[in-house]
Amino acid sequence: MTRTLVIGGGPAGLAAAWAAAQSGQAVTLLDDNPALGGQIWRGHIPARYRRFLDPRITVQTGVQIHSASQLPPADRIILATGTRELFLPFPGWTLPHVLGAGGLQALVKGGLPIAGKRVVVAGSGPLLLAVAAYLRRRGAKILLVAEQAPYPRIAAFTRGLWRHPAKLLEAAQLGFGLRYRPDSWPLRADPGSVTLQGHGVLRCDYLACGFGLVVNTELPELLGCRVENGRVLTDPDQRTTVPHIYFAGAGSVDRSLLEGQIAGFGPARGRALHAARAAAVTFDRCIDIAFALRSELLSLTTPETIVCRCEDVPFSAIWPQRDWRSAKLQTRCGMGPCQGRICGPALAHLCGWPAASVRPPIFPTRLENLLDLRD
Amino acid sequence: MISLTVNGQPLTVPPGTTVAAAVMRIQPAFRRSVTGESRGPLCGMGICMECRVTLNGHPHERSCQLLCAAGMEITTP
Repeated sequence: MTRTLVIGGGPAGLAAAWAAAQSGQAVTLLDDNPALGGQIWRGHIPARYRRFLDPRITVQTGVQIHSASQLPPADRIILATGTRELFLPFPGWTLPHVLGAGGLQALVKGGLPIAGKRVVVAGSGPLLLAVAAYLRRRGAKILLVAEQAPYPRIAAFTRGLWRHPAKLLEAAQLGFGLRYRPDSWPLRADPGSVTLQGHGVLRCDYLACGFGLVVNTELPELLGCRVENGRVLTDPDQRTTVPHIYFAGAGSVDRSLLEGQIAGFGPARGRALHAARAAAVTFDRCIDIAFALRSELLSLTTPETIVCRCEDVPFSAIWPQRDWRSAKLQTRCGMGPCQGRICGPALAHLCGWPAASVRPPIFPTRLENLLDLRD
Repeated sequence: MISLTVNGQPLTVPPGTTVAAAVMRIQPAFRRSVTGESRGPLCGMGICMECRVTLNGHPHERSCQLLCAAGMEITTP
């Protein structure tokens, strides 16, 4: 019996675990979050996908792995490590009322009361609309959804949605009644307010802000999988450049579900889903084009703006540096607890620096955990 | 309902509430940055480390990744 280890319990990981179990593989599914469903579902898996919770799957949530010896033996590994938000530094982005768009949604899903709060949602991508609609359903007063992409691109993208009636309906339902404004982005945040391009100062309780998604490539990289331009390289069967390691997800939910199933089923049965995946990939490309970041955002970060939140490194300290390595050595940028997960993608965007190499442990851990490994 | 304290202040939250959401019911700031700025959660998914609190005496716990449990003592600087 093939033993399959799935890491990550979002849409892709759940679909992969289910498909692998369906094909008679012995499946273990691990996730570091307290509940399955990934960042998008966070424990609330929609009814139509609950079939993925096959009782034959061994599930462990809230896990921290300190050594390979703590993992079950596996013949193949499917990585479904998902994405995080891209944050671009602007003056005031470190204030406590400024959160990620997905970040605020996650906190509300985790029990933060939002009813009656004034929220500005800003940045870029389809996630903004989904977050604004969710927060409004929970009683928030959404003052504005500021999308940096220019109006003509958003209009062209929306026109193209006629070819995807289900997505058009979803967008219409989410956006109905919301003040959604292209050509706008946060210029600065101050305590209790945000200044938006084209809309002036808005008093708000929260600014929920994200500029797109970044793939969590740390674990694939650590395991030797090739990563190019922020994406894990895979063949048509979702296999990475390491033969027994597969990668799935890190796009739209539709695409993640298909990639997960292709990885889980394996080549023979997975091929039936290749055409559907190609369509999902094409749709994701349209999103990438429509919501590509405009060059004006490069000037948001002022010399005084902190870029590395862990070590409080201002952008001016980064200027003399040639690359990540020299920034780390000279300024401690990217050397704090998040290990460059927030400032790395920001500086990749601002300075064009490729990401730094990954070393274990991929998350900070207590020395006592490492000492325990000696026993 | 789950009873816990945030900086000694009693708080009752529904089951399934994360520690970060519980702290935000009381105050926006979670930690002091290395230069003394007030910081609160950013990513909400255990990556940015801005939501670290001291939980039952253990410092540097990522509050957004932990669920509240009865009797928890949460402190922030």
